[in-house]
Amino acid sequence: MRLSKFEPRFAVNERERKTTSAMIASIAPDGVLTRNAPFGHTLARLARSRSEIVGLTADLGKYTDLHVFAQEHPDRFYQMGMAEQVLMSAAAGLAREGFKPFATTYAVFASRRAYDFICMAIAEENLDVKFVCALPGLTTGYGPSHQATEDIAIFRGMPNLTIIDPCDALDIEQATEAIADHKGPVYMRLLRGKVPVVLDDYDYRFQIGKARLLREGEDVLFISSGLMTMRVLEAAKAMEADRIGCAVLHVPTIKPLDTEAILSVARKPGRLVVVAENHTIIGGLGEGVAALLMREGVHPVFRQIGLPDEFLDAGALPTLHDRYGISTAEIVGRVRVWLQ
Amino acid sequence: MVDAASETEMPRAGSNVGLAERAYRIRRHAVRMGEVQGQGYVGQALGVADVLAVAYFHALRYRPEDTLWEERDRFLLSIGHYAIALYAALIEAGVLPEEELATYGTDDSRMPMSGMAAYTPGMEITGGSLGHGLGIAVGMCLGLKRKRSDSLVYNLLSDGELGEGSTWEAAMSAAHHRLDNLIAIVDFNNQQADGPSTAMLSSEPVTDKFEAFGWHAQRVDGNDIDAVREAFDCARSLKEPRPRMIICDTRMAKGVPFLESRDVTHFIRVEPHEWALALEALEQGRPL
Repeated sequence: MRLSKFEPRFAVNERERKTTSAMIASIAPDGVLTRNAPFGHTLARLARSRSEIVGLTADLGKYTDLHVFAQEHPDRFYQMGMAEQVLMSAAAGLAREGFKPFATTYAVFASRRAYDFICMAIAEENLDVKFVCALPGLTTGYGPSHQATEDIAIFRGMPNLTIIDPCDALDIEQATEAIADHKGPVYMRLLRGKVPVVLDDYDYRFQIGKARLLREGEDVLFISSGLMTMRVLEAAKAMEADRIGCAVLHVPTIKPLDTEAILSVARKPGRLVVVAENHTIIGGLGEGVAALLMREGVHPVFRQIGLPDEFLDAGALPTLHDRYGISTAEIVGRVRVWLQ
Repeated sequence: MVDAASETEMPRAGSNVGLAERAYRIRRHAVRMGEVQGQGYVGQALGVADVLAVAYFHALRYRPEDTLWEERDRFLLSIGHYAIALYAALIEAGVLPEEELATYGTDDSRMPMSGMAAYTPGMEITGGSLGHGLGIAVGMCLGLKRKRSDSLVYNLLSDGELGEGSTWEAAMSAAHHRLDNLIAIVDFNNQQADGPSTAMLSSEPVTDKFEAFGWHAQRVDGNDIDAVREAFDCARSLKEPRPRMIICDTRMAKGVPFLESRDVTHFIRVEPHEWALALEALEQGRPL
């Protein structure tokens, strides 16, 4: 997708273009029901009755919604500065002393820069640290420095670690409570700012390690996590007009995978199985599901919707989501082709 | 320290004979463990034995029978390969039984070659990936302050480990958070895997660096027990709201002259017949 270096891509006055800053603070398009900072508000509320909860960040309190917690519980908030390695090590130390640390940064910095510190100081000793990280997958237009397109691939191989990829504000609120109750290390991908509310229409309840069938359909089975569940729900509605029935299995826990739920829906014959994830197609939910189906001898027609194995462009998110095939319109287009 | 009675029972000709005897015994345990493996980080253990003797028999508050006692001082070993030295100290402290040293580095032993928290009582953290201990210490110090505990956190690093950038993140953090309950110790033996530390990635002038980072820093001869004890006393009694650093210049394989003079001492090779000679050399240098 990248153009040759420094070649102008368009004439400056050609037409109005979307800007990178659009949707930086939030992935919610205009007009969608949202709730503000669901993670920060939930954590602040939980901390009122649970003195063991502490919060740490590496200069990204405002950008991970942890500022809400910090404002309400300033004595339990540790600003660690721009230092992700000591952020994770210190969280490990606080957990050793009996606290329940929530450490926040961007997903790129946790996965790429602090990996060894999460692995050896936290996961190897199964310590009770939650690291909650913003800008997962393609949720910023700032380019590869900020786009954590491979964070799940990096973390899936880490023993002891639970990995959560919530879909919307409701999912984040419930997941925050659930991981606070859970003993052990958890990585949660975070949608921040104004986060859409989608799952309240689906009688939904988050549980660690559980997938939920949100809707049934005879022709396509979407298996999805994170914000892609919003997108496949929209795609499913759009395809109703063509009398294409789409089932949606939401898999907010990437690890441990709910193998039972996935197998039971994937075994239903005659459906195209499409795994949709806000992540590179390498090493994420799609490959996890594929390996599971292979191991168990379940062989549906299988397709993946996810980000390509590339360093992605900078730009406005709607532009990039179309370009890399994770917008609702692109999903609908691809599935129609696959069904032909 | 809780186990103080035993120090006074040591034979003594001067004020620190007890500690010198402890250091001798720590060295002896380490050499015997080295013999089990036929090789190992005996050079480091011999070098740092005096520091560990002061730590475990003068400075630290702990209960040998209850290594998770809430009011203990925490001793974090960043440098996992120094486990042999810490096992020797823990044996001497009564945390581990002496006969268990025969299992050092063998399958299913509680005393693996690289120190891990899940294996060994008294091993607070899993070290070995260097550059982790000081950051974990920062978090533990913050946690202890939250609990209003007066326990101290000690972290033993090596000079080579100072090459890890994470150590300096932690050093900034400790000073920023005014962690006066943190005492870090660098075993400065000027050896690392590929050669002298100062020739690989020099941390000098190391005392100045830590002072510039906002620490109280001392540098002492780490094989001079009186000097080490005074440095620990100074670090513990200081009233300043700063983390404390003690740089200890030590000599690899200290106490066994024929090993001290060997060129490559990071991972020391000892011939089978030399273990007995090493124990004899230690015996000759044993304090009266």
